[in-house]
Amino acid sequence: MIEARGLTKRFKDVVAMDRVSFRADDGRVTGLVGPNGAGKSTTLRVLSTVIGADSGAARVDGFDVADEPLAVRRQIGALPHLSGLYPNLTGRENIAYYARMQGLRRREAKRAIDTVIERLDIGDLSDRRARGFSHGEGIRVALARSMVHRPQTVILDEPTNGLDVVAARALRDVIRDLRREGRCILFSSHVMQEVAMLCDDLVIISGGRVAISGTPEEIRRGTGSEDLEDAFVAVIGLDEEPV
Amino acid sequence: MNATITVLAKEVRDTLRDRRAVISGLSGALFGPLLFVVVTNFTVDRTMDEGEDTLEIPVLNAAEAPYLVAHLAQHLIDLKVDAFESREALRASVRGGETAVGLVIDEGFGTALGSGKAARVWVVSDGGNASAQSSVRRVRNALGGYGRMVGALRLQLRGVDPSIARPIAVLSDDVSTPSGRSVVLLGMFTYFLLFSCLLGGVHVAVDATAGERERGSLEPLLTLPASRAALVAGKFAATAFFMAATLGIGIAAFSVAIDYLPLAEMSMDADFGPEECAMAFIVLVPVAILGAGLLNAVASFTKSFKEAQSYTGIAILLPTLPIILVLLNPMQPAAPLMLVPSLSQHLLITSIVKGDPVDSLYLAISAASTAAVGILFGLLAIWRYRSEKLLV
Repeated sequence: MIEARGLTKRFKDVVAMDRVSFRADDGRVTGLVGPNGAGKSTTLRVLSTVIGADSGAARVDGFDVADEPLAVRRQIGALPHLSGLYPNLTGRENIAYYARMQGLRRREAKRAIDTVIERLDIGDLSDRRARGFSHGEGIRVALARSMVHRPQTVILDEPTNGLDVVAARALRDVIRDLRREGRCILFSSHVMQEVAMLCDDLVIISGGRVAISGTPEEIRRGTGSEDLEDAFVAVIGLDEEPV
Repeated sequence: MNATITVLAKEVRDTLRDRRAVISGLSGALFGPLLFVVVTNFTVDRTMDEGEDTLEIPVLNAAEAPYLVAHLAQHLIDLKVDAFESREALRASVRGGETAVGLVIDEGFGTALGSGKAARVWVVSDGGNASAQSSVRRVRNALGGYGRMVGALRLQLRGVDPSIARPIAVLSDDVSTPSGRSVVLLGMFTYFLLFSCLLGGVHVAVDATAGERERGSLEPLLTLPASRAALVAGKFAATAFFMAATLGIGIAAFSVAIDYLPLAEMSMDADFGPEECAMAFIVLVPVAILGAGLLNAVASFTKSFKEAQSYTGIAILLPTLPIILVLLNPMQPAAPLMLVPSLSQHLLITSIVKGDPVDSLYLAISAASTAAVGILFGLLAIWRYRSEKLLV
């Protein structure tokens, strides 16, 4: 579970996050939606303790991101914008590195790696070096790597970006599985259709602020729009398609 | 601690998988000894020319100066009388590089000498031909010696003590021992070892910081439950590991190379067996800690792989500077000097090569101060890793 209250972050003159507050519950998929540069990645970075907020607070599964970053990091599995695999290591070695860094002992790690490889159906990638992976293959292995320690909270930064139809669909299935297990999934996206298909809750962010949040139904009703995309445009006050 | 070991193991494996990194590290370690052997042999061959072999040089008008010819022959300079028809032909041959040096005796040489006037002789040489210079020097010295001898004889003939024309006698008294003399040459030895040792860690230091950032693998790494200090410590240890390994290979290569050095020809003597190798490793290995700290700190301030490569390339020159200073201005080991990294290692290695015992207090000061500087740099890298600027 993630609770953010009044998170504010400023980079020089740019206010990347302006009093961002929202909540993402266990057993639900929460979508963080907004145009490019709205502050989605900054929010995810603060929640995954990579950077600190200037003011405000956030808790992940009850742990404060500023005061107990190590505890937070044990709870989360984070997939950043780029897959960030090590090209000289095989798929399995990449996953094993994170398993060990998460503190799994050698034998537990092996079992966890086997499980996650089977679950994400990446057996064919496990003994190949990551250098040769396609973008989609890289994302799948990176996702496996971030989930190997079975985190309660999963934070994904535009995971389906650049994936083909089949790969995106497989990824959505994994996310639904995680929801069924009662985990909290927070992911960012700027593709409205995908969000509509997958999310239980939405947080629409624009210009560093939360414009509106709630279930898709609540957002449609609140904005008086039939379509979620129209609602999005109405909320962020742009007269153009989100890119 | 576990996280540090995990990072260390991963970085070592990752680097060993990279063929380019391994080849560049190895060639750095082997290039020094090889260059050393080639350059030394070449230099010694050239300087040994002097006084060893008979030098054959063409001469014109030898008949004018039979005593001069005999004098030169005593100094192992054989004159070839009929090699050239004219002075022009000789000059052309020297200019073309076929002849290193030639002698032209003036046609009035005998008459001038007999009448007590200055008799002329030309040494024909090409000032741009570096390899001919030792021969030219030899001919000039021999001619000068002949001139002084004739001058002394003339003074004696007139009843004057020849020493009146030589108010100062400059004598040389070289007190160096054979091993001591090899030190001049082996002074470069520490330089090569240090440099290749530092070079061996460049790839891993750059790849583990700037490379990690550029690939986008740093951000997920920072979401793992390990402190930034533990991450830096792992990368630091991996860099130090590769530096120490390169150092070990470099020392082993040098101990083999020393057998191919013409030390005996230079009446020098350097004992460099397994014991000296081990001692040299112990003396130099703290440099791996210094280098690992320095390179990781420098790389953590750069924004890209390319930038990191350029700055670390400059950074590895820094620790070698004190050695260049001491080569220009020789110093004796002393406790305060042991506080200066790389200078202290140089002085200690010089002692080992000379066959002097290594003072264990000096060794301790040298190791502690060098490692301390490395750790300070490491702390700087940790501070940098805690900053958010690392990601942006």
